[in-house]
This record gives sequence, structure tokens and C-alpha cells, in this order.
Amino acid sequence: MLDITTQTQKPYLEIRDLWKKFGDFIALRDISLEVMEGEFLCFLGPSGCGKTTLLRAIAGLDLQTSGTVSQAGRDVSNLPPAMRDFGIVFQSYALFPNLTIERNIAYGLENQGRPKAEISARVTELLALVGLPEQGKKYPAQLSGGQQQRIALARAIATNPGLLLLDEPLSALDAKVRVHLRHEVKELQRKLGVTTVMVTHDQEEALSMADRIVVMNHGTIEQVGTPLEIYREPETLFVADFIGAMNQIPAVVEEAGKIRVGTCVLQSEHNVFDHGTAVIAAIRPEDITPMADGVDDADALPANVETMEFLGSFYRASLSCPDLGNISLMADFSINAVRRVDISLGKSLRVKIPADRLKAFPAQQGAQA
Amino acid sequence: MLNLKSFALASVLAIGATATAMAAELTVYTAVEAEDLKRYADAFNADHPDITINWVRDSTGVITAKLLAEKDNPQADVIWGLAATSLLLMKSEDMLEPYAPAGVEKLDPKFVDNSTPPTWTGMDAWVAAVCYNTVEGEKNGVPAPTSWKDLTKPVYKGHVIMPNPNSSGTGFLDVSSWLQMFGEEGGWEYMDALHENISRYTHSGSAPCKLAASGETTVGVSFAFRGAKSKAAGAPIEIIVPTEGVGWDMEATAIVAGTDDLEAAKTLVDWTVTKKANELYNSGYAVVAYPGVAKPVKFFPEGLVDAMIDNDFEFAANNRSAILAEWAKRYDGKSDPK
Amino acid sequence: MSTIDDIPRPFVKPRLGKDDWIQRGFMAVIALYLIVALALPLYAMLSKAFSTYTFDLSQYEVQVSDEDGHFTKPVENIANLNARFDPPVIGAGSTNSNGRQKLTGLFPDFSFRSPVMYRFRGTSPEAVYLVGSERHTGPEWLELDSNTFRRVVIRPVKHVGLANFTTYFSTPALTQSVRNSLWIATISTIITVTLAFWFAYALARSCMRFKGVFRMVAMLPILVPSLLPGIALVYLFGNQGMLKSFLMGETIYGPIGIVLGSVFFTFPHAMIIISTALAISDARLYEAAVSLKASRWKTFWTVTIPGARYGLFSAAFVVFNLVITDFGLPKVIGGKFNVLAVDIYKQVIGQQNFEMGAVVSVVLLVPAMLAFAIDRQMQKKQVALLSARSVVFEPKPNRKMDRIFFAYTVLVSIFIAGIIGVCQFAALIKFWPYDLSLSLHNYNFDLMDGGGWGSYKNSIVLAVLTAVIGTVVVFLGAYMVEKTKGFEKGRALFQMLAMLPMAIPGMVLGLAYIFFFNNPANPLNFIYGTMIILVVSTVTHFYTVSHLTAVTALKQMDTEFESVSASLKQPFHKLFRQVTVPVSMPAILNISIYLFVNAMTTVSAVVFLYSTDTALASIAVLNMDDAGDIAPAAAMGMMIFYTNAGARILHALASRGILKRSEAWRKGD
Repeated sequence: MLDITTQTQKPYLEIRDLWKKFGDFIALRDISLEVMEGEFLCFLGPSGCGKTTLLRAIAGLDLQTSGTVSQAGRDVSNLPPAMRDFGIVFQSYALFPNLTIERNIAYGLENQGRPKAEISARVTELLALVGLPEQGKKYPAQLSGGQQQRIALARAIATNPGLLLLDEPLSALDAKVRVHLRHEVKELQRKLGVTTVMVTHDQEEALSMADRIVVMNHGTIEQVGTPLEIYREPETLFVADFIGAMNQIPAVVEEAGKIRVGTCVLQSEHNVFDHGTAVIAAIRPEDITPMADGVDDADALPANVETMEFLGSFYRASLSCPDLGNISLMADFSINAVRRVDISLGKSLRVKIPADRLKAFPAQQGAQA
Repeated sequence: MLNLKSFALASVLAIGATATAMAAELTVYTAVEAEDLKRYADAFNADHPDITINWVRDSTGVITAKLLAEKDNPQADVIWGLAATSLLLMKSEDMLEPYAPAGVEKLDPKFVDNSTPPTWTGMDAWVAAVCYNTVEGEKNGVPAPTSWKDLTKPVYKGHVIMPNPNSSGTGFLDVSSWLQMFGEEGGWEYMDALHENISRYTHSGSAPCKLAASGETTVGVSFAFRGAKSKAAGAPIEIIVPTEGVGWDMEATAIVAGTDDLEAAKTLVDWTVTKKANELYNSGYAVVAYPGVAKPVKFFPEGLVDAMIDNDFEFAANNRSAILAEWAKRYDGKSDPK
Repeated sequence: MSTIDDIPRPFVKPRLGKDDWIQRGFMAVIALYLIVALALPLYAMLSKAFSTYTFDLSQYEVQVSDEDGHFTKPVENIANLNARFDPPVIGAGSTNSNGRQKLTGLFPDFSFRSPVMYRFRGTSPEAVYLVGSERHTGPEWLELDSNTFRRVVIRPVKHVGLANFTTYFSTPALTQSVRNSLWIATISTIITVTLAFWFAYALARSCMRFKGVFRMVAMLPILVPSLLPGIALVYLFGNQGMLKSFLMGETIYGPIGIVLGSVFFTFPHAMIIISTALAISDARLYEAAVSLKASRWKTFWTVTIPGARYGLFSAAFVVFNLVITDFGLPKVIGGKFNVLAVDIYKQVIGQQNFEMGAVVSVVLLVPAMLAFAIDRQMQKKQVALLSARSVVFEPKPNRKMDRIFFAYTVLVSIFIAGIIGVCQFAALIKFWPYDLSLSLHNYNFDLMDGGGWGSYKNSIVLAVLTAVIGTVVVFLGAYMVEKTKGFEKGRALFQMLAMLPMAIPGMVLGLAYIFFFNNPANPLNFIYGTMIILVVSTVTHFYTVSHLTAVTALKQMDTEFESVSASLKQPFHKLFRQVTVPVSMPAILNISIYLFVNAMTTVSAVVFLYSTDTALASIAVLNMDDAGDIAPAAAMGMMIFYTNAGARILHALASRGILKRSEAWRKGD
């Protein structure tokens, strides 16, 4: 994956000090963000976090209360949507039900002095691009959801906008179609090279499609980074918890690199807190490593398998570790590991919590999340 | 459009032209029965084809209300055929243009306003009478009344309908005549007693007679002209002239002050006092303003003219509001919802 | 945590595009329409209700001569003169704009034969008095002999105050109407809602046959003016009525007639609302009840009634409002039984007491507004129920119950169809009850008071204009409220204005129009007495339901169409033309037919506003009945019925055509 953030090109979209209030409620707090040319950016967060509000401010559909938005070097902060340059796709597709697919796609091409033949050629081209070449004469209601969303996408890019905005475009679709379309949308975006901002609440979607992810919560940005950064190096407990699964264990800092959970002191490379600070120790279930019998490790903890659930490609187990006090740990074991170590319900085993994977976050943050 | 017309007229007058051949339109408010209006307009237009009449017709109460409501912005040019008591109200609001129509001196002075020049001229008299359904009378054992006082007898209980004076000109002339004939106190006493027998008060003055004609009631207090018409239509009714005398009102004509076309209005009002016009009025009214014109109307009760009381229109007009309020207080909604 | 005060200034001010300006322009125009056609007239009416008239005695002076005609006594102020009496001869009470006060009572030894002379004058130019009918003003002395002084009356001056209301509530005849109106409305509501509930229940929950026919019959009353059942009741139960004996000596002219007629004309309204409520109840609840072995009766009280409760309440308040504000029916069949709506008519038309008319209007507004407000609350709750995911109830055959329901619906249908049938019969009988031969004589409307065939034509013109103009105004207004952005306060105000007409009785609106439009200072004065004012008042009177229909249709449309269209740099009117209107076409047709039918049947909204040139069929029914021409009134009523029935059939055909044409793209709906 190419690392766009380090490129020294100018940002295509620049958001500075953006605030948005609805009555007394603050939906966005002091948001600043840059989107690079050709980048695929995702706003990810739980519902009500402000991600759609931010997208609508960028589009000019709901103006921000304060702050600026500039696109391609032009300050568009107070412009109505029609005076900006973007295409948009909504969760509901918003296809005009009484117009044929062709006319839906041609909608933005009309009234611009283009000859009819040119419009028609462009519509054919777009239909081919989204893989629905024969469907032009049909009405939206005659297509499947996935097909409709592809038409909505074709309509949005028909006029070659500089910015493509996707507002939960796949959320209304069946799981299978959704996964398939993720790939197609991403492919199309790469082919066109259009700067794209997508809003989603689905972390898988964000991780698989975005060049960079903006994780939002309570109207603020929690973290901006590549999917890998977001997943591996969450900066806050919220991000850690929201992306993927995360064990959260109340702990106290012993010294740099060491935290104490119950009676047990664990190594944590990432700990930067002072002695005595209450923290939440966090470890992803898949990072908990089962130790095969006979393999010894000083840091390995004895654990009991309390429950075990088969989830297709792995097992999710709930472990009780007497050393860690009265808590249960969630651990994901691959089918191989289960076979190799012979893990089964009720069995005792030893697991290791790798020092480079164990994180510590300030305890009050946990309360907030 | 109107302004333009009056401007044009004004300039014609300014240069001293006397030509009246200009086409004019007059808005005429009236309470004359709908079926008579066309005849009136046709007869007038036979002499003055250049003046078009736009009728605004409604019941006396409605037209009076309309005119009073439009006091500051009159829509009418001429009033032709409205109760004199109503015109007296207009007069006291300075809404009428004083004008002595050509030939007014030929009319019975009783039919002309006593101001000089007069503000209104009468056309015909419209006289109260009682319609009595003979078939229903026999069926219900209700004898034909001969006097107003008869109607207070217990035998008539629930068999009498009269118009509500608050909405009907006929109703008001009944009430005002009783107050004049029996005196204020006696009049109200009479109405108290009559109220016991009244089955309901109608909004229109002709309705009681029509209801008598269709047998909905046995006795309907209405006016003679309506009775004659219903009888002519084949209804089994007698038109009774109570012995005490009967109330009446005049239909009258006046020019509305501030009309856009005073000349045309004068032309029309001049015509309304002619003998020809009075002959027209006679088709529905036994008593008209022009002496010697009246011919008997079919089925019109005999002795009606002699029974007409000496009506004090000024009393009727100036006390109208107080009488109606008192009437409403006494009889409106007295019935219980049980 | 930062608060909204921490948001750095300056706030972003939106730059308005061309579309924004056009949209705001449209919204301003339609808001202006509602302000001119609703808010200002109501204000004019309210200010009239608070205009009072009293005699200002201190404005007049009199000087009395001796027997020889020499004015040696001092000039007296009338107020001082009056104060010398205990109690005063002239009370301090209020009068109306037509008030007149005689003065002779102030002179105990007054005789019209006396040679005493009187000098009289006002002390200010506003002081008005009459000598006979001659009007005088101002401070010029007028010398009158005794006989003439007898004819002097003074006129009142205008103030602002509550005196009209004091007068109103101290007049038993008038306040009786408040009780009568409430009583009638309550009784009618109970009967109508009960009848309509079982009717709707039979349609929704039984397996009886001919449901379509019953539903159609139940809708018939909507097509006729509310006073038509009154006419039919006269033929059925009047003194010459076919079924007079059914009343056992009671008269139909009065509460019985009003209640019967009200049940007739409000039945479809209640039936529609209750049917909707029953349609949304959840079949799963019934399955649960069956599985709990609850008795049919218990299920009814624990599942059916609670499920339909908002519908029942809503129907009750709608019916209550319809009955209490109706004018036509009590006028035709009310007899001596006075109700508020008729009182307004009597005060205005009969007594020319506009102030008191306005006062009664305000009194009528109170229950009407209350009923409306409660109904709105109920509707909202009902909508909340609607959105729940429920399973449609499918009735199962039950021979005994189905038969009972069938018999019941047949009875109600006979009542409804019977009323209309009687009217048609009455229209064709030559001279009830003495000449029963059939004739078209009663269709000779030109020979009757009321406007003749011209009024029928006028009604068609009014109905078409109302349908066309009203639909355009209402739909555009609803679009602006529902689909535009920004300008929140303006939109909220607009929404409030749009809801208001439903709470305003037609007569009150009509009276308000007289006050507002018949004012020479009003530049819109020219529309008074024309067809325009009738169209305006009718559109305004029926605005709310149309507006809600349009809003509902627009709400069902994707909220992002506008955003997509704007992002594609297309003007909003293109979207409006190509998408919004075609997609909303069924709703647009529904609004038009609603406005058409109501414009044909309304009496109350236009009774104060028509002129001879613009007489209407519904008014002709009223006036012909008023004049005792009951059969022609029935004939005209049937003309309205057939016209509306025809319009509805056309509407059904048009709707079907449109649905057929749009079948392809509506498939997904």
C-alpha cells in the first residue's frame, strides 16, 4: 500500500477549525483535516459521532457553523452545493424513481450545452464502467439494490467531479453484495483517481477500502491514519475498542514498560505512564498466544478455557486467568493453533500476552468510551 | 376599469357635453323577488338600452347588512327595491344621494321621503298577511284565525310559523306593527303569548307562507303577495287579513352617495317613478306609489289596503336595533335543549 | 467540555445561490398568501370583537327655552343632566354600531305638544346625532321645537374593550347557544363515532360480502352539502313527513334533526379515521390473545379498543369540530334551537351587529381550536403506532358474526343512501304532499330565489378554480416547507399558518374576510364581491388537509433528491418538474378532488362573501330552503351530488390511468 500521507503534494481538500451546532448541541468540535488528491478517505465512527455532519458540511448540504472548507485551493466554505464541485452517493441511492436508468445518469449532463449524442455516449460509457451495460432503459425499481447503487455511483461521477462523497453507500445492501461492491467501488475509485470521502460505521468496510481512516467520536477526531495504523496503533481506548475487538483490563503502572494486573506484572512496551497511574491494559484477542505444552516461557500465564465458540475461520475463547484476578479474557485462536495446542472447553493451558501488543490507556478514558 | 370610466365621464361633463348615449353600467342592490328582476330590467332597457343593470339581489336583511358593511366603500350605485326602514338607516348614515326624480310630484306623498330633496322614493307597499292551510286546518282541528290575537289561543299551539325579525324584513314589519298597534308594552305582551304557540321562526319572510302551502305548518305569518302566489300555484291556502290591521313596509329606491355614474343613476331613478314602472310593480303588489295605477292582483285578499296601519317608518328605523335586540333577548334560543 | 459559546466567531454566512433566492421568493409569496388570506383577516376580526360602542353623553349640550321660546336657562351638558337622575335615565351599558339613544327621558315634563323650544349641539366634530333620519354633526346649535326634539337620537362612539364579551355572556339567549352547540356536538359525536366504529369494524374484521359497496355508500355524504340531510329529514319526519310517526310526536326541527343530520354528514369522516386505526392494529396481538384463550369480548376490550384508541379519539374530535362549526344543517333543521354558528349568521345578517358576530366567532373559535389541537396530538400518536412493524390482520369467516355485521352495515347504508334517495325523490315531486306527480318543475332554478342555474355554473367555476389554484398553491407551499433548506424560522411560521385554517370555522373566516377585504383602505379591496375572494376563502378554508396530504406525499420521497440534484448543478425547478411532481401525482390528484368537492359543497366559508354575480349552488340550496322552496333546494343539492360524483369518477379514472402509466417505475413501492 502506498503511503500517501508522506507524499509532499498539496492537500486537495482542507478543513480548518470546523464547528457545527444544532441548537444547543455541538455536532462537530474544532475539526481540522486534509485530504490529498486522489486519496480514498473514510470517516468512521458510531452513529451520532458527527461523520455524516462533516460530510454534509464538505458538500455544502448543511453548512458548518464556523470554520473553513477549501477545495482545490478555492475557499468554498459558504457556497451552496450547486457552486461546489462534487458528486455524491447516498445510502438510499436517491435514484429518481420515475426516470429511466439512462436519464438518471444523464441528469447532471443535461442543460450544459452538450450535444445529445455526446450525452448518450457518456451514459453508455458509464453504464459499461459500472458493469450494467444493458440496463439503460429500465427503471430503478426494476434493479437490485446493488445495481441501483452502481447506477447512483455512475450518476455521481458522470460530470467528472473533483470530489466524490459517499454517505454510507453500502449500508443498505445485503452482506454478500456489500463485500462484493466494496471491492468494485475501490477499484473504480483507483481507476478514476478521484479524491473520495466515504462515511461508514462499518469498520471492516473502512479498513478494506480506505487509504486513510478518520475515526470520529462525539464530534471530534480521535485518530487519523492508515487502516493498519488505526488497527495496530490505536491512539485512544475508543479507537482501540471501536476497531476490532479488544480486551480491557483495569491495571496499575508498576514502572516504565511494566503494568500490574491483579497479582501479575505484565510487560508492556507501549506504556509511557508513571508509577501508580491507573490504566486500562488492552490486548486484542488474536494477540493472545497459546503456548504448546512443554514450551516454557517465564511470562506465560496459566488460563482456563471457560467457553469456546467456533466462528468459521477461528475459535473465540473466553479464558479465566487466576493471576489476573477475577476477569475473563477474550482470545481468538486459529484452527491450526487449536489443533496444535489441543485447546478445548474446560482445559487448562498457558497463554502469553506479548509485550509489544499490550497497550495501556489512561483509566478515565475508559470511562468515557 | 371603473376609475377609467368615471374619469372619461368627468371629462365629458367638463367640456359641457350633454350626450348621455354613452354605455353605462349600474350596480343595483335589490331585495325584489328574483323572478321579477328580469322583467324590471327588460322594461327599463326598452327605454334606456344604453344602461346595463347589474343586479345584486338578496333578502332584505342581507342586502341591508351588505350596504351597511360597505358604508365606507359603497359598491352599489342605486338601490331599487329595498325596505324603506332599511333606506332610513342608510339615510342616517349619510349614504344616500338626495335627489328628486323627475315626476316625483306625481307620486302619493306618503311614498316619498320627507326631506327636500328626498333621499328615497317608494315603489310599492308590501303588506303582512296570514297564510292558512285549509287542508291541514281541518285535519288538525285548527280553525282559520281572523285576528292577530286569535293566534295566541291555545288551539294554535305548535301550528304557527313566523319569520325571525332579525333576518327577515317581513318579520320585522310584523313586530314593529304590533308594537305600534298594541303599544310597546302591549306589543311585547302579545309576542310573549304568541311565542308560546310558534313552532319555529324562519329566516325568510316568504318561507312561512310556503310552508303553510306545503302543509308543513297550518298557519304561516308572511306577506300577502307571497300568499297570492302560492295560492295561484295551487296550494290549499287562504290568505287572511287580521282584523286589527296589518303592518307594511315600502319597497323604495335611492341613489347611493358616491356613485361613479350619477347621471346614469339619475336616469334609472327617474324611470323608477314613472307610471310605466308603477304598472310593473303592480304585478306583484296591490298598492303602488303612483295613484290610480293599481289593479287588483289575482288571489290578493280583499280589504288589505284598508287594513294597512298608519306606519311610522321613522319609529321603525330608529328603534330597529333596540327592538331586534329586545326580541332576540326574549325569544331567540329560549327553547330548551331537551 | 466546550459549549456552544466556545465556537469561534465569525459564523459562516451561507452564500445564497440562484435556487435559494427563487425558493425563498416562492415561500415568501405563499407565506404572504397565508398572511393575507388568514392571519390579517383574523386579526381584523379580533379587533372588531373588541370594538365597543357607547354613548358619550358628555359630547352633547342642550338648552331649554321657557314657554315663550326665550332661552334664558343655562346650557346643560347631557352627561350632567343624566347624572342628576338616580338611577340615570341612560344606562352606561354598551350598544352596537347601530345604537341610537333618545333624549326625551331626561326631561320629565317633556311633552311634544309643549311650546318649549330646544337648542341642541355636539361639543366636538365627532358628536353625531340624528333628527329623525337626518344626520347632524358638530358644534352648530340646532333649534328645535318640542315635537321635533322628540325625534332627536344620539349615536354611539367607538372604543376598544371587553364590553362586547360582557354583553355576550350576560345575554342568556346568546349563551344558551354555547350550551346548545356543545350539547349537540357531544351527542352527535358519541352517536357518529359509535356507528362509524362498528361500521369500520365490520369492514375490517368480518368476512361479510359487498364490502366495496358499503365502503362506497359510507363515503356518499362527503359529496353533498351538510344541509342536504336537513332537507331530507323534513321530507321524512317533517309535519308532512313520510315517517313522521317514528318521532312519536317530537319535532324534527330542533336537536333531533340536527343530530340526525350531523350523524349523516360526519359519518364518512369518522369512518375513514377509524378504518385507518383498525387497519394498523397488529395481527400478532390477536394471535397472542387466541393463544391465551382470551374470550372474543375480552380480546375486543384488551386488544381492539386500545389499538384503535387514538383513531377513536381523533375521530371524535374531528366530528365534534365538524358539528360545532357547521352552519347549514342547524339553519335548515334547527328550528328554534339556536347554535353558535347560526348565531353568527343572525348577528351579522339579521341584526347587522358585526361586533357581536365577531364576538360569537371568537366564542366558537375556542372549542374548535381545542378540538383541533387535541386531534393533532392524537394523530401524531397514531402515526407513531403506524411506524411500528406490524402484521396485517386477516379476518377469518364466522357465519354468525358476519351475518350480524352484514345486517348492521346494511342498516347504516340504508340510512345514508335513504337520505340521498329522499332528496332525489323530493326534487322530482311536483308539489309535496298535495300533488305527487313527477315533474322537473323544481329544476326551474331561474324562477327561484338563490341565483338560478347561474349559481350552479358559478359553483363549477369556483370548484375548478379552487382545485387548480389551490393545488398549485398548496403543493408549492408544502414543497417549500418540506424540501428547502435554511430559513428555519420562516418555515416554522409557515407550517403553523398552514395548520391554522383547520381550526377556523368557515363562517368565522368569512366574517373575517368581510372585515379585512371590505375595507376601502385595503388595496385588495377590489376582490370583494368577486369570484376571486370565493376562491381565496375556499382554498384557505380547506388548506390544512390539502397541505398535510402534500406534506405526507413529499415526506415519502427520498430526502436526498434535492442534494443529488444540487450536486449535479441542476436547478431545483428541473427536479421539481421532472421528478417531484410526477412522483407525487396521485397525491396532487387527491388534493384537487378534495378541493373540488369541498368547493362544491361548502356553505359556511362563502355565505358572507358571495354576490349575486357569484351566487353558488350550495348557497342556492340554503337560500331556496330559506325561502320555503324546499323541493328546488333538494333538486339543487342533488345537482351538487351528481357533479361531485362525476368528478370523483373522473378522478378515479385519471388516478388509474396515471398508476397504469407509472406501473413500471412504481413496481418497487
